[in-house]
Amino acid sequence: MTHRDEIRFLLNGRDIVLPDVGASQTLLDFLRLDRRLTGTKEGCAEGDCGACTVLVGRLHNNRLRYETVNACIRFLATVDGCHVVTVEHLSGPDGRLHPVQQAMVEHHGSQCGFCTPGFVMSLYALWMQTPEPSEAQVETALQGNLCRCTGYEPIVRAAVAVSRYGTPASDHLIAERDAVTTRLTALRDGRRIVTGPAQDRAILPASVDDLATVLTENPEATIVAGSTDVGLWVTKFLRPISPAVFIGHLDGLKNIEITDAGLTIGAGVTYSECQDAITGMFPHLAAYWDRIAGWQVRNMGTVGGNIANGSPIGDTPPVLIALGAQIALRRGNDRRSLPLQDFFIDYGKQDRAPGEFVETIHIPQATAGQLDAAYKISKRRDEDISSVAAGISVSVEGGTIRDCRIVYGGMAATPKRADAAEAALRNQPWGEAVFRAAAQALSDDFSPLTDMRASADYRMLSARNLLLRFYLEHDAATDTPVQLATA
Amino acid sequence: MKDNVTIKGGTHTDRIHDSAIKHVTGRADYTDDIPEPAGTLHAYLGCSSVTHARITAMDLSAVRAAPGVIGVLTADDIPGTNDISPTGRNDEPVFPTETVEFHGQPLFAVVAETRDAARRAADLAQVRYETLPHALDPVAAQKAGYPNVTDPLKLERGDLATGFENAVHRIKGQITVGGQDHMYLEGHIAFAIPGEDDDVVVHCSTQHPSEAQHMVAHVLGVPSNAVTVNVRRMGGGFGGKESQMNLFCAVAAIAAKKWNRAVKIRPDRDQDMTATGKRHDFVIDYDVAFDDAGRIQAVDGSFVARCGFSSDLSGPVTDRALFHADNAYYYPAVRLVSHPMKTNTVSNTAFRGFGGPQGVVAAERMIEEIAFALGKDPLEIRKANFYGQDGRNLTPYHQEVDDNILDRLIGDLETSADYRARREAVLAFNATSPVIKKGIALTPVKFGISFTATWYNQAGALIHVYNDGSIHLNHGGTEMGQGLNTKVAQVVAEAFQVDFDRIKITKTTTEKVPNTSATAASSGTDLNGMAALDGCEQIKARLVEFAAAKWDVAPDQVKFLPNTVQIGETRLSFDDFIKQAYMARVQLSAAGFYKTPKIHWDRSSGKGRPFYYYAYGASCSEVSVDTLTGEYRVERTDILHDVGKSLNPVLDKGQVEGAFIQGMGWLTTEELWWDEAGRLRTHAPSTYKIPLASDRPRIFNVDLADWSENRELTIKRSKAVGEPPFMLGISVLEALSMAVSSVDGYRTCPRLDTPATPERVLMAVERLQSAL
Repeated sequence: MTHRDEIRFLLNGRDIVLPDVGASQTLLDFLRLDRRLTGTKEGCAEGDCGACTVLVGRLHNNRLRYETVNACIRFLATVDGCHVVTVEHLSGPDGRLHPVQQAMVEHHGSQCGFCTPGFVMSLYALWMQTPEPSEAQVETALQGNLCRCTGYEPIVRAAVAVSRYGTPASDHLIAERDAVTTRLTALRDGRRIVTGPAQDRAILPASVDDLATVLTENPEATIVAGSTDVGLWVTKFLRPISPAVFIGHLDGLKNIEITDAGLTIGAGVTYSECQDAITGMFPHLAAYWDRIAGWQVRNMGTVGGNIANGSPIGDTPPVLIALGAQIALRRGNDRRSLPLQDFFIDYGKQDRAPGEFVETIHIPQATAGQLDAAYKISKRRDEDISSVAAGISVSVEGGTIRDCRIVYGGMAATPKRADAAEAALRNQPWGEAVFRAAAQALSDDFSPLTDMRASADYRMLSARNLLLRFYLEHDAATDTPVQLATA
Repeated sequence: MKDNVTIKGGTHTDRIHDSAIKHVTGRADYTDDIPEPAGTLHAYLGCSSVTHARITAMDLSAVRAAPGVIGVLTADDIPGTNDISPTGRNDEPVFPTETVEFHGQPLFAVVAETRDAARRAADLAQVRYETLPHALDPVAAQKAGYPNVTDPLKLERGDLATGFENAVHRIKGQITVGGQDHMYLEGHIAFAIPGEDDDVVVHCSTQHPSEAQHMVAHVLGVPSNAVTVNVRRMGGGFGGKESQMNLFCAVAAIAAKKWNRAVKIRPDRDQDMTATGKRHDFVIDYDVAFDDAGRIQAVDGSFVARCGFSSDLSGPVTDRALFHADNAYYYPAVRLVSHPMKTNTVSNTAFRGFGGPQGVVAAERMIEEIAFALGKDPLEIRKANFYGQDGRNLTPYHQEVDDNILDRLIGDLETSADYRARREAVLAFNATSPVIKKGIALTPVKFGISFTATWYNQAGALIHVYNDGSIHLNHGGTEMGQGLNTKVAQVVAEAFQVDFDRIKITKTTTEKVPNTSATAASSGTDLNGMAALDGCEQIKARLVEFAAAKWDVAPDQVKFLPNTVQIGETRLSFDDFIKQAYMARVQLSAAGFYKTPKIHWDRSSGKGRPFYYYAYGASCSEVSVDTLTGEYRVERTDILHDVGKSLNPVLDKGQVEGAFIQGMGWLTTEELWWDEAGRLRTHAPSTYKIPLASDRPRIFNVDLADWSENRELTIKRSKAVGEPPFMLGISVLEALSMAVSSVDGYRTCPRLDTPATPERVLMAVERLQSAL
């Protein structure tokens, strides 16, 4: 089968066919510059402000799902086979305001108005999923949208009231769901896409096997899953990424498997897609998961990418290592698997050979007596990068700590286990004294850095205190709160 | 037609923002949304990679040779004067020629066929530097012998020496008050279109179109009448677009004239944040004497500000810090001195409150110190020190506070927020909760309204009534989200007694109203509302004269009723009446004008009446703090704020809510962090954290003091609202302080510097605990 050299998608209900789409072309620039759909704004070009929020509808297991994304860091080539919906598509053909828009107007949810289209799109996606959201659900949906004028109060009031202005049943995206599904299905031809000029080549493999082939042919290619990191290489650092191999569309990397042995997720699974499965099996991750970036980024970014990019401040590695996660890598038809903790060798250096890619992540089922916690400390509670993150897993048997895994992010050049602190706990009786000793031992494990997120002293002190928090939280004798109440 | 019908959208009514529907549909055009003429070019700035250095060589050949590049602009290409200092001090070049004064300073601009090409080319410059030692913070600058960027101000009143001699108690302390980035969602942008002769039109996002016009004329070396600056709306300003847009307007205009093509310049967010100024951070030393009741006897304060490499607006900003270093409190003897320090950082600029909030934070810190020293509720100390009558109403700048409403306002809020019972509950909670601690604080705000540059307190408007009865409104103010256009249109609707929708709000342009002041200092509605009203009254006077003559009635028999005009026994629709006036050749257009009365200010003596009136407010916040990590959340905030007789209560409430959150962000999570090399490392929303929806207080009750009415003859007795509520966020800082102090039994003032990030909170907890 020959390759396809154009991308095909729907934009606000219209068919679009684009030849020669460069790997680094962003969806936002396409919308604003090529199509003059200027309702979508650029606020930061790094996926942090939400002014560029659009919906991308895509088929997953033949079901059409609309999600908010940041158009600024979404690469145009990756909307192949999708339905892109911008703010211009919300009001009906008669020009009447959409219920979300009406609610925003009547609750005075806009002041300068620049962030407003992005808020409207996030609230639209929320209303499709949850027509009558709680304030807490609204806040979670709006983690990726910044407003500098209103203080958010009127926006939240509008969001909670949207259902008074109309129901999703009357929404045209929902009414046209079957028709759009049919049209998107027709766009799928199972072919590899190779497009863009030679110096900015975009490749969308046809399948996971094809991905293995593509990477064997292009071992130095940039692998791009959700582009929540690679997007910034382009928009912020103007770095070439060619050839870029996009994998976010591959169904074969989207599997989520729950067995007695544990949870296995494909490397292309987004934070949003695995949220229910992972927090269902590991309830201690529920609050933590909602603090990974904002909604748009959780809809784009993948756990696999968070691991593969090797950042010392990625949110998932510390908590996954604490749970004893394994990852499976593949090159061509060769597969190997290793404990996640061994994947991180040094700053910017991972145990991944050229042409090799992360295929799946496996998290074993918790054992009896295993106490787990996941903590994140950041300057701002939500949508922030951690100054310190911790995954703590302690197995207690008859009052004695049998085993433990204590893993920190933000404390070293890689996500790293606290060997000395673990040693201070292992085979010791459960009690405050041993946790305090373990906390002291952290200075043998880490020499953190000072940077704009936190000082070395704060990192060390709060890392120590997180061990104390873990103790207090799991100690039967503590009857006062040891963490701030969440919403 | 019934007499009791009222117009839609008059004054003192809730009216949606005039652009609300355009905002939610994405049809509101910002500068970057204006269709570009064929051949439009794009400029991008090339900036320094060092902090302080002599430029020994600048090789731009690779930039010029890059794909798509049309050319570059350096200081040599400036036809007029290479200076954009808003105060005319000639200390702020468009592009420097010899010395780099801060990391990220613009050195040149590249102009290319596309923005992407320009951005890529800008990185290719080869600049050689001879580096010089740098001073980033103002105290380091003082030690290094750096100069002031502008003259310091001293405010003095009373006998300071005796005040301190007689002191029962005396505390000296220091607080560092952090700066703040504006983080308007729409960044800087200018779009210049060349015309014939010297003409150029610049569309941009500035709060000060007249200044941008004059600056462009200045750098082009042409008269101001060749330059037109247009602003339909901004995607937020907050002071960050008062003077900072001059650079972008200048570059776009120079390039447009040089290549005779339209030129747009839009920095990316990182460049926007590194190359343009922010709120000034201060290091404030205070020395306060007080009696056993907590009454202040004397205050000596030194306000050292990081101004950056040039003066920009640092003079009036640091002045205003002193004007508000009393907040709501009477100081019997006082000396306040500013030190506007030059530093090797971007030149700091206006930001909502304009230095005032930094002064207010210092005042509240002194109150807090007194409360901790005496073991009392800080609110008690606040009340003991409020401005009063009989000899307790004179400010450090010798203006009498004669409109004080804080007693009633604080009393009302104390009751509605249930302050006393909740403070008791917080104390009880802390006694039994080892990890989570709570704090509660009720803080007042008094804020002076008027530009302290007295000549800025003037405004113009241009009103046309067309012969179909539709009305065209233009004024010198700019719309940045605050609803200024809506409010001024309400004033016009009320004046003519016509529905709001009949009034067309038009873009601000230097062609229609000249020599305008910045839309700043919260003055937009006060000034432009009055100017528009003056224009309406002029037209109405002509209409009355015409009607009285034509229908032969006394002038007082001509009445403008809702959408109709009553002339004696005759009643006409507004449209018919206007048509008749037109046929009778009545001039239906007027230029309105206003200047604020009563104000005067003599900076050299430190005396005068710089403010027409004061706006007041108060907020009460309760927080919870995790003493293991320093993380916190705001559990509840209650606000009662004074906007006089509100022109539009719902818009005013929106300003209060937004200002509170912005003020809270300034004092909590918004941290500007420079590395030792002088690079700002918090330069985008990924690293610079403004509040999110989830940072709002869990319970947030906001009310306007609807009983308040401006004693002065302002527009419909309303009061300014933009800046004053920003300082309501201070209650969060004070509540955090109380929570921290609980770890040592409220014995020590925790002296939290700001922003009180989780790190600063935890380190303060640690400091207090380790001293036990």
